[in-house]
This record gives sequence, structure tokens and C-alpha cells, in this order.
Amino acid sequence: MLPIETVSFVPQPWPVRTVTKETPDTFTLTLEPPEAQSSRFEPGQFSMLWVFGVGELPISISGDADAGAHVYTVRSVGAATNSLVSREPGESLGVRGPYGVGWPMEAARGRDVVVVAGGIGLAPLRPVIYRVLRNRDQYRRLVILYGARSPRDILFRKELAAWAKQKDTQVLSTVDYGGLSWHGHVGVVTSLLKYVRLQPAQTVAMVCGPEIMMRFVARELVGKGIAAENLYLSMERHMKCAVGLCGRCQWGQHFICKDGPVFSFDRIAPLLDRYEL
Amino acid sequence: MDQSPQFRLAPEQLDKLIGSLARRGYEVIGPVVRDGAVVYDRISGAEELPRGLTDDQEAGRYRLKPRQDAAFFGYASSPQSWKKFLHPAQVKLFDAEQQDGVFRILPAPDERRRFAFVGVRACDLAAIGIQDRVMLEGPYRDAIYQARREQVFIVAVECAQSAPTCFCASMAAGPQVRSSHVDLTLIEVASSSEHWFLAQTGTDRGREVLAELEHRPSKEEERRTASEAVESAARAQTRRIDNTGIRDLLYQNFEHPRWDNVAERCLACANCTMVCPTCFCTTIEDTSDVKGEHAERWRLWDSCFTMNFSYIHGGSVRTSGKARYRQWMTHKLGSWIDQFGSSGCVGCGRCISWCPVGIDITEEVEAIRGSKGVSHGKTIA
Amino acid sequence: MEKQSLEKVIVEHPFFADLESYYISLLVSCASNVRFDSGKYILREGEEANEFYLIRAGRVAIEINPPQRKPIIVDTLGEGDILGWSWLLPPYTWRFCARAAEATRAIALDAKCLRTKCEQNHDLGYELLKRFSQNIYRRLDATRLQLLDVYAAH
Repeated sequence: MLPIETVSFVPQPWPVRTVTKETPDTFTLTLEPPEAQSSRFEPGQFSMLWVFGVGELPISISGDADAGAHVYTVRSVGAATNSLVSREPGESLGVRGPYGVGWPMEAARGRDVVVVAGGIGLAPLRPVIYRVLRNRDQYRRLVILYGARSPRDILFRKELAAWAKQKDTQVLSTVDYGGLSWHGHVGVVTSLLKYVRLQPAQTVAMVCGPEIMMRFVARELVGKGIAAENLYLSMERHMKCAVGLCGRCQWGQHFICKDGPVFSFDRIAPLLDRYEL
Repeated sequence: MDQSPQFRLAPEQLDKLIGSLARRGYEVIGPVVRDGAVVYDRISGAEELPRGLTDDQEAGRYRLKPRQDAAFFGYASSPQSWKKFLHPAQVKLFDAEQQDGVFRILPAPDERRRFAFVGVRACDLAAIGIQDRVMLEGPYRDAIYQARREQVFIVAVECAQSAPTCFCASMAAGPQVRSSHVDLTLIEVASSSEHWFLAQTGTDRGREVLAELEHRPSKEEERRTASEAVESAARAQTRRIDNTGIRDLLYQNFEHPRWDNVAERCLACANCTMVCPTCFCTTIEDTSDVKGEHAERWRLWDSCFTMNFSYIHGGSVRTSGKARYRQWMTHKLGSWIDQFGSSGCVGCGRCISWCPVGIDITEEVEAIRGSKGVSHGKTIA
Repeated sequence: MEKQSLEKVIVEHPFFADLESYYISLLVSCASNVRFDSGKYILREGEEANEFYLIRAGRVAIEINPPQRKPIIVDTLGEGDILGWSWLLPPYTWRFCARAAEATRAIALDAKCLRTKCEQNHDLGYELLKRFSQNIYRRLDATRLQLLDVYAAH
């Protein structure tokens, strides 16, 4: 394998442009790449974002890849993520990246694209949706299935509604539990599959969400005839270096940071339910 | 040693060799005795080497004891390896200064070093080669390792004795040096009646250094004596790992009951990963001052045996000691092959000696193989 | 709706896929066509379970009413789904509420009529139970995933 890049683990400071609250615990930050910096990335890739003196986290890029938009949607679940979302416009974040193997946009050309997202998992999949909608005639149908915990946890609500109006695009959302003011589906995201007219032979499915959710979804999709090589999951493990040198993100023989985070299901099926792998 | 010319040197030339390397601006590192063990540190002369000493090693045991002769390299492995210098235990990545939420980074100064390693055994040379593949031959190259590795001058030594814990022969990593591009390779022939070195060079700069030492072409019988000493060291090894299909063996035995057996003994103390010459896992930690104006980022050795190694929000993935031992061994002997094209083990036996409860990796492989190829549970690949 | 077209609707509903026409004709006599306006309660917790429904169109919200709190929707059903199992086994009482979240059309199957027929014809009973079990199995799987609350912060 030819070396691509010599790394010294030093981030570049990028200014934060905006911070928007999406749901009670999820925020979207947009960062401004410095002049000389390339801002290119592919859907599914992530950057390591460093908060001065606190820590560094792998965050998927959730912006439009064709516009080089460095948008990061972060869920605040602990001290490190909380410090990330507490940044104010004008402050700096250290950026390293982009890293990782992204979603199979090439393999999906000329086929139906089925995107199944759970919770914050919609963020790493949003660049896929943008890419398909920007290049609409290069792909067939676009199906977006989204599951959130409850109505107030739904991400990118306005965009979901706008996407549903696009040509040959089907958008279905569900929540794990809802109140009386919720008029949509209630139940797990797998239950939305019955509303989709799947044509497995020409479908590429991309799934992102909590690991258990992805396992259930993968099982359902395979059960409905999607070939394991046409089904892709975005995996997550503890990362420190993001370049395959610290050893931490290993999962079986794979380094999630450089062999993934996106994997086709045929490569990883035996690993998925191994307890404590 | 291979077929290129071999020369005989008197033992006094070792001190001249060290001096010659120092004069060329190398930081000369060699074995010294400290706290009852052989460790690697800066040396300025041959008198600092562990002359006349050998080791008594077994599972969970390491002692130094005197030899009958004055050999400089009369012992086997030690708790340290050359990764201490090439892949250091603590490295500052950068400093940063912050004002009003905006910060600037001050990268650490260039860490380019010119080491000369004196006394690199074949197993450790193989280990350096393995770490080269990890650090320099992937899609991302480690700048820190590169800066330290590029100019290393290697004086290798082919062992004339093996410890009971050694199994480099079965790993095809020694005791003969397998690479032909080593600057200088030595075989020490030492007994109560004679003491001399056989030397071979593999590079131009090795030839230049040898030219400064008193040496003469070796005789046929001297070459025979020296190679016989090394071959007898290989024959003396009683431990071995049978590597046939070992990757699949470990992948397919994820649920083997032996892992529970090891788990009852393993303390998850991480000694094995510290002494192993190929283990490379690290962590990155932040420190900052109280005022929040100055921060540093450090890279430190880490071990897959720690609880927080696999921590992800919600908890660790490998909470049990069993899962962590299984991860280490499966990676070292199995998945390493998929990742880097070779085994991660060189048979130095350090993990066996330095395990406080004497867990023996060769015995663990035998026990898993011993079920005559019956797979336990589903495969992981 | 005439008997013939009712039979056609039953045959086309996924729940009865591949059921022999002899059994279909047995069921038709227990069937009727029903409509629920949006917001109407189809069944309520504690009431006698006299019917089960094959949903043809619309959306039904399954609700639980916890004490002192607003109702929680735990599931929604739509076209092709089955509403109601409590009619199958004693004490034949509904364990939850079901409300039409949108205008909903369904085929109602009379529970007493169906239970009698199943006692008389065990083969019919077995065919129905096989189909119900599949339904319940899938719903149990989904419920377990829901229980895991996978989107919660840990």
C-alpha cells in the first residue's frame, strides 16, 4: 500500500461560523476552512474536532460534500461533546481530516438509494441525500426512512419535508413513542419498510444509527432480498488518532477509522453479533 | 549471516566501534544493567555493557547471573526493546495557546534523531521491521516514528544462546539475522578459552565504520564455529508456535473455553504489551493550565488490556479480562496477518518471562489447537 | 358491500395470503366492512374484544393511557396490518386503546363468530393461529427494539 500522507497529529484551527440548536441535545456547527486549506470531503467521512485543552472527537461531516460545506451535527452526551457544542461563533476548533471510507456513491449510481437512519444517524447520511438530489438523474428512486426517539428528537425536520417533495423521493419518519400531537408513524424504523416498494436487485441501502438498530435493520433488509454487498453500515468505535496508528478502533481485523467507518454488510456480518469483540 | 565476506575482530574493537559511531554524530544506544535487568540506554564505551552476565528466564521469571566467560552479549531478551526509542512512550504532539476562544498551535520541534543501536538481536530486528510496516507502509505514515527511524545505524548480534522462553526460530525471526541490509552484523564467540567476533556488513556506511576497526578476513573454521554457535542456540529452543492456519484457527475459536481458562489467570496488568517489541497502541491525552490559556497534547503508550481502551459512550466494549486477553492474542498472531501481511510476534518470549502469573502464549496456542481443529462457536471473519 | 366483493377484499389482504378459498368462504360470513372517521376510538382498554380488524387504508394509533398523564402512542398501524389479538384468548378484553389517526377503512371480523368456527373446524383455527403467530413474532421483535431505547443518551 503506497503511503498517502505523513501525519503528525497536529490539528489546524478553524473558526466556528454558526451554532444552531436542532433538538434539545443536538447542535449543528458550521466551520470555516482557512484560505489555503482544501475543504473537500466525501459523504460518510468524518473529521477529528479538537476542543482546546479538553479533547478530540470524531464527528461525521453532515454538510453538502459538493459545496465543501463543513457542517457538523453533534449530540451532547457527555463532557467532551458538551464542550464541542458550547462553542460560540468566532471561536476556534482544531480540525484534522477528513478521514475514513465514505458511502458508496459510485456503486449507487443508476440504482435505487435506500437510506435508513436512526437518531443522530441521519447526520452522516445527509451528505448522501444532498449528493443524490444534486445529481438527480444519476440515481433512480431515493427512499429515506428515519426513526427518532420522540417527535421533539426529530432532526432536520424542515429538510425532511422538503426532500419528500422531490422527484422520485419517498420520505417516511417514525418515532419510538409519540404524544397526541404527533400524527405520524409510531414504532421502530424497520416497521416503515412495509410502505416501501423495494426492488432489491437494483437497490443500494445505506444504514446509520445505534449499532443495535443497524443490526435489526440489516436483518430486515437482507430478509427482503437486498444483497449483503449492496447493504452498507457506518460503524463506530473509540478513536484517538483516526489514521490507523493508535490501534484503538480495531474491530476484528478492521480499523474502523481507515478501513471504515462505512463497511458493506458482507464484510462485517460475522463480526456484528460477537459479544465483546 | 549470508554469503558476503565475514571478518574476525578482537573484543577490544567493540569499544572502538562505539567510539567510531559517536564520532559520526550518532546517539549510541546499547544494553546496560539497571535494577537487576538489562535495559537499553546511551552508552559511551564497551565497559558499560553487561559483560560476563547471562539471564535465567522462565515463565514469570527473570534473573541475571554471572557467566564463566566475558561475553558482552551473553544473555537473551530483556524487559525493554528498541521501540522505546523509535516509538517513544511519551511524546508531546504540540503546544497551543488560547485567547478569547481563538487559539494557535505550536507544533513540537523536529524530532529527527540519529540513533545507533548496538546489540540488536534478530528477534528485535524483525520487530523493527514489523513496526516499520505498521508505521511507515500504511495509507498514513507516522511522522514521529519516521523522524527517528530514517537514520538508525544498526549493529545486530546473532545470539549464541537462547533463553528457555525464546521461540524466535519457530517464528522464522531468528536467531540468524534474516535481512541483508543491516549495517553491521556480529556473532560473538565467547568461552573460557577464547573470545572474538565475526562481523559482516550490509551497507556502505557499515563498510566505512568497519574500515576504522582492526579486522582481518575470517577463516573457514572460524565461520563454522560462529554459525554453529548460532545454530545450537536455535536448536536449544524448546518452545514453539505452529503458525499453520493460525489466523483462521483464532478467528474460528472466538468462543473456545480456553479463553475462560486464561481469564482466570490473567491480571490484565498490561506487562506483556509494555515489553512486547511490536505492540504499538497509544492514547492521546490533553493537559491544560488552570487559566485555560495554555494546552498540550501528548501521545502515550497504551494497552488493549486497559478498561478504557475500548470505551465508547455507554461503556467499554471489552469489559471482561477474557475479552481483552483474547483481543491481544488474536490480534498479535492472527488479525495482524490480515492487517500487515505477517505475524505480529517475533518469538522473543518477553511476554512469557514478564507475565507475573507466567501465562505462556505458546502454550495458549497449543491449547486452542489441541481440540484437533474443532471450531468453537461462529467465526469472526 | 356485497358478499362477493367482501370476499375479494379478504383474499387480497396480506394477512390471508395463500389461505384456501374454502376457509375464505367460512370467514366471509363473519366479516363486515367498516369505516372510522379521524379521531374516532375504534376500541378502548378494558372493553370486551368482540372484533378484530384488517386495515385496508388509513392509520390507527395504539395508545396506552398512563395515570395522570396524556396518552402515549406506542405503535401505529396502516394498510395491510391487523388490529387486535385480545379476541383470540380469554378473558377477551382489550388491553389498550386504538384510535383512528386518519380516516380509516377496515374489514371487521366478528370474534364470537370466528371463535365458534375455529372450534368447529380446527384446520381453520390452525391456519389463523399460524398467521397470527407470525404477526405477533414480528411485533415482538419490533417491540424489543423499541424497548432498548437505542436513541437514548447513555
